[in-house]
Amino acid sequence: MIAGRAQGAPNVSFDVTAIRKDFPIFETGIAYLDSANTSQRPRQVTGAMMDYFEKFNSNIHRAAYRIAEEATVRYEATREKLRAFINASSTKEIIYTRGTTEAINLVAYSWGRKNIKKGDLIVLTILEHHSNIVPWQILAAEKGATIEYVDIDERGELRQDQFRKLLERSPKLVAFGQVSNALGTINPAQEMVAAAKAAGATVLVDGAQGAPHQGVDVRALGCDFYAFSGHKMLGPTGAGVLYGRRELLEAMDPFMSGGDMIKAVRLEGTTYHDLPWKFEAGTQAIAEVIGLGAAVDYLTGLGMDAIRSHEREITEYAYEALSDVEGLTLFGPPPSRRAGVISFALEGIHPHDLATIADRDQVCLRAGHHCAMPLMTRLDVAATARASFYVYTQKDEVDRLVGSIKEAQRIFK
Amino acid sequence: MSSRAGTSADDQFYREFIIDHFKNPRNFGRLEHPDISHEEDNPLCGDVIGMDFQIKDGVIEDIRFHGRGCAISQASASLLTERLKGLPLEDAKKIGKADVLGDLGIDISPARIKCALLSLKVLKVGAYGLAAHEEDEE
Repeated sequence: MIAGRAQGAPNVSFDVTAIRKDFPIFETGIAYLDSANTSQRPRQVTGAMMDYFEKFNSNIHRAAYRIAEEATVRYEATREKLRAFINASSTKEIIYTRGTTEAINLVAYSWGRKNIKKGDLIVLTILEHHSNIVPWQILAAEKGATIEYVDIDERGELRQDQFRKLLERSPKLVAFGQVSNALGTINPAQEMVAAAKAAGATVLVDGAQGAPHQGVDVRALGCDFYAFSGHKMLGPTGAGVLYGRRELLEAMDPFMSGGDMIKAVRLEGTTYHDLPWKFEAGTQAIAEVIGLGAAVDYLTGLGMDAIRSHEREITEYAYEALSDVEGLTLFGPPPSRRAGVISFALEGIHPHDLATIADRDQVCLRAGHHCAMPLMTRLDVAATARASFYVYTQKDEVDRLVGSIKEAQRIFK
Repeated sequence: MSSRAGTSADDQFYREFIIDHFKNPRNFGRLEHPDISHEEDNPLCGDVIGMDFQIKDGVIEDIRFHGRGCAISQASASLLTERLKGLPLEDAKKIGKADVLGDLGIDISPARIKCALLSLKVLKVGAYGLAAHEEDEE
């Protein structure tokens, strides 16, 4: 049964009750409000991975026997699914990575070291996840380049005036997130990419929070690089994607080197493999990539439009419910301008205490700096509590969160 | 993950005295002329605790702590200062993790253990000059 469903998208309209039946973890009774951290995975994904382990477990791109062919076919089939999912021109532009972090590091290493020079300007934003800051800081320190950060306004939205000013200084690279993982802010990515491209910059968009929820059309967006993670979009950990425009990828040197990324190795030198394999050294996360393919099928089956509208409904519901709680401060833009992420603080109660109390009600809530310490400093908080939603989130889980908050307030009164 | 059921009447984790130490911390503030002053933070949660010690004839004559953070970290610091005040340094050196956790008297999950032991780290690193990383490695 699992094997049969693993191949295709679920045949359901957007019915959360039905969707939740695909996620066995909900049988434990948890309210899961941490999907911006990592999503849950449906049976279709774990089933596709189990199929690999139990029926054709073998290494790809090497062996001549039948199960290895099957493994290779399924591994490469995910690439086409991902290409279609983000509307890239070619599967050559879809590089498998372990996740967004590796994808950005790959660009910082292979593109950055070749193209960023002393005195160059890199433009980032204060909303960035550490993984879209630290690789550039390392690169800038090594090359003697400068980094400037676009600030936010009081609503938690990027200051476009400041961004335009920075573009006048002709940055070499502009990198920003499609959606803020800490505040849920949906950035005007289309306009920002267009402006940055017009200023002559190479543009990387961190799609870790964008691809799973908003979806993306990389050709319409017009960015040079787009990075995202499988585990935030119903797939397993350890499989993610770097999209890069082909001409840029062609001109880049490998990131990791070794087996599988070569055409021919001689003692006097090596010829690299063609795209995309040039960037995929060593034995790959085969099961995970196959699982990611099943995740893309699942999302495509639901439809990204339907996913967006479901998340909007839950986000509006949660925003309203949390607004009614006394002593609760919400961070970030209004629900119409944000993705399914709500960061908040409770007067007199540290987010970790709230998360511990919520945990005893089986409510999974994130508390911390969300790998966005510069943003936390900017907001003048050490940490926030964060609830985030996905395809399987139902209003009852939001109600349970509000119950935990009231319980925390009772204990700390 | 914890299997404890959250019952509102009989709260095992956030006992009343912990909330009391959090909201009314003992020995809170700064000393004007401390002999030792040390601060540590836990950047993961943003907890900060610092302690000022006044030492006379080998005895902790006075102590104050300052900081911010969750109830566990702050209550643990407050409880520790109560233990330390008037204690000979030699005895203070014998205070260990078990004592601090015992004072809290609750079952601390692995995720919160750093909160509970931050004050002990301040004491050890500050008063005994241990390197912070040694404490982390234990």
